[in-house]
Amino acid sequence: MLLLIVLLPILAATAILAGAPTRKTALGASVAMLLLTLFAFVEYEPWRRGFQYVISFPILPEWHLSFSLGLDGLSLTMVLLAAIVTVAAVWFTGKIDKYERAFYACLLFISGGAIGAFASLDLFFFYAFHELALIPTFLLIGIWGSGDRVAAAWKITIYLALGSFVLLLGLILLYQNLPVALRTFYIPDLKRSIGQIPPDAQRNIFLLLLIGFGTLISLFPFHSWAPEAYASAPAPAAMLHAGVLKKFGLYGLLRLAVPLLPEGARYWSGLLIVLLLGNIIYIGLVTIAQKKLDWMLGYSSVMHMGYIFLGIASANLLGTIGAATLMFAHGLSIALLFAVAGEIRKRTGTLDFQKLGGLAKTMPFAGLAFGFAAFAAIGLPGFANFAAEIMVFFSAFRNGWEMSRFHTFQIATVLALWGVVISAVYMLRAYRNVFMGQPNEHQNAIVDLRTSLRLPVAMLVATLLVFGFFPQYLVDVVAPTFRNYFTTAQTP
Amino acid sequence: MNSATNSALPWFILLAPLASAAIITLFTRRWKNLSGSISVAAVGVTFVCSCLIFGKIDISAAPLNWLDVAGIFKAPIGLTIDPLSKMMLLIVSGVGSLIHIYSLGYMRDDDGKARYFAALSLFMFAMFGIVLANNFVMLFIFWELVGFTSYVLIGHWFTRDAAAEAAKKAFLTNRIGDFGFMLGILMIWTATGSIIFDDILPKMSILTSNAAFLTVAALLIFCGAAGKSAQFPLHVWLPDAMEGPTPVSALIHAATMVAAGVYMLARVAFIIQASPAALNVIAWIGAITALMAALIATQQDDIKRILAYSTLSQLGYMFTAIGLTSNEAALFHLFTHAFFKALLFLGAGSVIIMLHHEQNIWKMGGLTKRLPITFFTFAVGACALIGLPPFSGFFSKDAILALAFEHNMSIFAMALFTAVLTAFYVTRLVVVAFFGKPRGESARTAEEAPRVMTAPLIMLAILSFIAGFGFFAQNFLLVPHEKETVLLVPMLALVALALGALTAFYLYRNREFDPIDVDLLRQKFYVDEFYGWLIRATQERLARVAAFIDHWIINGGFVGGVSASARGLGSLLRYVQIGNLQAYAFLFGLGIVAIIYYAVLR
Repeated sequence: MLLLIVLLPILAATAILAGAPTRKTALGASVAMLLLTLFAFVEYEPWRRGFQYVISFPILPEWHLSFSLGLDGLSLTMVLLAAIVTVAAVWFTGKIDKYERAFYACLLFISGGAIGAFASLDLFFFYAFHELALIPTFLLIGIWGSGDRVAAAWKITIYLALGSFVLLLGLILLYQNLPVALRTFYIPDLKRSIGQIPPDAQRNIFLLLLIGFGTLISLFPFHSWAPEAYASAPAPAAMLHAGVLKKFGLYGLLRLAVPLLPEGARYWSGLLIVLLLGNIIYIGLVTIAQKKLDWMLGYSSVMHMGYIFLGIASANLLGTIGAATLMFAHGLSIALLFAVAGEIRKRTGTLDFQKLGGLAKTMPFAGLAFGFAAFAAIGLPGFANFAAEIMVFFSAFRNGWEMSRFHTFQIATVLALWGVVISAVYMLRAYRNVFMGQPNEHQNAIVDLRTSLRLPVAMLVATLLVFGFFPQYLVDVVAPTFRNYFTTAQTP
Repeated sequence: MNSATNSALPWFILLAPLASAAIITLFTRRWKNLSGSISVAAVGVTFVCSCLIFGKIDISAAPLNWLDVAGIFKAPIGLTIDPLSKMMLLIVSGVGSLIHIYSLGYMRDDDGKARYFAALSLFMFAMFGIVLANNFVMLFIFWELVGFTSYVLIGHWFTRDAAAEAAKKAFLTNRIGDFGFMLGILMIWTATGSIIFDDILPKMSILTSNAAFLTVAALLIFCGAAGKSAQFPLHVWLPDAMEGPTPVSALIHAATMVAAGVYMLARVAFIIQASPAALNVIAWIGAITALMAALIATQQDDIKRILAYSTLSQLGYMFTAIGLTSNEAALFHLFTHAFFKALLFLGAGSVIIMLHHEQNIWKMGGLTKRLPITFFTFAVGACALIGLPPFSGFFSKDAILALAFEHNMSIFAMALFTAVLTAFYVTRLVVVAFFGKPRGESARTAEEAPRVMTAPLIMLAILSFIAGFGFFAQNFLLVPHEKETVLLVPMLALVALALGALTAFYLYRNREFDPIDVDLLRQKFYVDEFYGWLIRATQERLARVAAFIDHWIINGGFVGGVSASARGLGSLLRYVQIGNLQAYAFLFGLGIVAIIYYAVLR
């Protein structure tokens, strides 16, 4: 079944390129994939240890290289996110003026690549699937983007290629530093090496992984590709990349760096905190200064990575669970924000705050959808984002706690909490400028989202609400993954 | 404790309004009247349930789990049923019911009626959540949710710029308060390991062992209360919130939500009262807010803004009482204030709508005959507000004055002067708005409001009259008992009342314009201007600098060369397009070979 989930989008993309009916195939495949994923999610047994739905095809047995897929709570959550956002992104793709087939195929390749990376149990394919997903992202921006799309496409290409290169170096070093007897590409077997990697090596490798993965996640100061790429990308591409593919880096940190390199994580936690505060406070301020909705959303997505990093930096059960939950929640909310922004761009031809206004009058449903997503993004209780953020804050604040004075983590938490005010400032300003106030006269003829788009919007909002009201459900699925990491003396 | 009978009633109170909000949003947005009926039915259910709960001595509700991470962090949704929450349930559902009914009339022809009632129901859900919360995180959840519904309702007429700005301002100011609130919660949780009130209580010794820590935590929690209850210096959003529909002003921005700060401090009194320093700050903030708002109210011309500043001022009284360690006095005033302030707002709403959305009191006048019911009920509310015996406000305000007299003479002096000012601005409002000759076209032709609006007015007028009597109030809460030695206090209060009311009466009788003009008060002490300057000087400037750095240095310097070369190569990309994929895949394959070589064959 898992093999089918991974292959469906890729097969569908190939079929579309070969001449199958474009939209029907894409939508059919992604909905089928979502249904399968939901089935896997419901059938998943969180109380069982290890990976489930495992399938494995040996490729080079003498090197322990195999094409293996499997899910645990963390990867299952990511695959579910990918499946939901894929359906929404495909659904929101309307008529494409040029190379329609290639456009849909690219979307499906991103989705297949991301899901493959999350589901891979083998380091090699983990890396390879992600690269597979990056290429169509570049193409989507370079060919179908808006604004200075070629420059944006090159920027993201070079940036992410460099990031991937650093990451590759890190992974190679990691492999080399595994005890010889335990060397493997097989991720579940890696945990046998926990505690066996020399501290020096841990520090070096962690730094490489942090920079490599960090570039992919737009960790400050390696972020500047992100806003430009998202502003330029067609909405479905931005939805998939910001919503899903970007989570690959975080997934990698949680899957590899945190459990295997605890000493490295501890050593660099000070640096990580400075960088993530760069994401939250500095990028937060940059976001406030934005004058266009797409750039604002791009920067806000960079900013919110800071909270996920804060959970990772806490390196305890509560923090990592919070980070994973936030990855899921952020993916859904940012996808919906980009989707609605894309629809507005289609209708008005601009996302400039100065030129927009009162759209809630002409596009009430779009206003409602954007409102839901915006308030989810700024952590309003009731949405999954809030439950996740609160776990992150509580875990971070508790790190190195002493009643008599605040240490690094406490100060970082205070500043990160102030970020919640900052994000409310830019989001509400944007909402006020775009949807409230008097409608612009020449925008009176704008029509609302067509009725069929209510379904993907409802799906995204409903998921955010369900896991906002019942976060325990997600926590129970994710927790076992991390509980394995922190069973040793590391509990907070 | 264990004898308490488990009941589903409290859950009905929480779920009925939530269901109403969900049904309206999902299904009945197009049927405006049906949406209104659903909302009114839901609030009716909550009122009945509240009464039933009130009648039962021992009742509890099984908690639900919201979030529990391996026992480290436990945040349940648990409901507290005690005399405090029972009283508050009655106030919220009772006043809420009347205001829902009134809204049917007030919002009759509004395009966004369905949205209005959905938000109103959601507000009731959130407010009941605050009242029933048994732990900090649940309290915070609903705390933010009422802020959200308040945002939606203030911005109800979102095409008006003033409403859009006011909504944003309200939410952001509350977020600043909540920033402190959350920090306080974090401190208490980290120190005691729990967020549930009943579990923190036995661990208070951990907190009291470090007085500075406790004071900071208590003040941070107060920060949240100050945001929601619009206390100085976070008071600026409440007057602007009057851009929302008037029933919203009555329900949310006078009777219930803004009182949530007082309620919350009473709920966590065991923490606050452990820190004398924090109490002192709270008492002074309350007194300053009361005085400042009353001063501003004397020079406002918008009927709703006068009432808004009056709300600030009365909330200030309540905070003073909290700070002087008398929850009873604070809650007593909360109780009476909920009725008479809701009454005053609804009365103002009736005037406003019958005068075709005229809010300037100088364009009114001569309304005593044209709007007799409105006038009569408004007068009852006014008497209660200025504390004319035997109206309810007299008793509750007197309790606070007596308290101040006993504890802190300078705060007492401020509170007494505030009472003079209260009598002054209320008399000014009544005399200018209702007496004399009509000064505007709409005032000349006004007619009395429909019965769906006047009936709640009459109900609230009755309540405003009797709510202060001990025999009535003591059914609902502990009425602070008067000490005989301080008979001086009610005498002084009466003198203050007479002084303020008579001055205003002679000054404003038959006036066409305001004989007094104090710019400092008309401009509300320039606080808004100061904050505007502060935001421009700090946040906006920092944001611009950060954006500049990001654009020119991080982006331009580091990636500048890359971008430039990209432009050259860009044309190339256009030719190869998909062909590029193969090249990339080839390079990628090379990379893979490299890994395998290094990793395995080395």
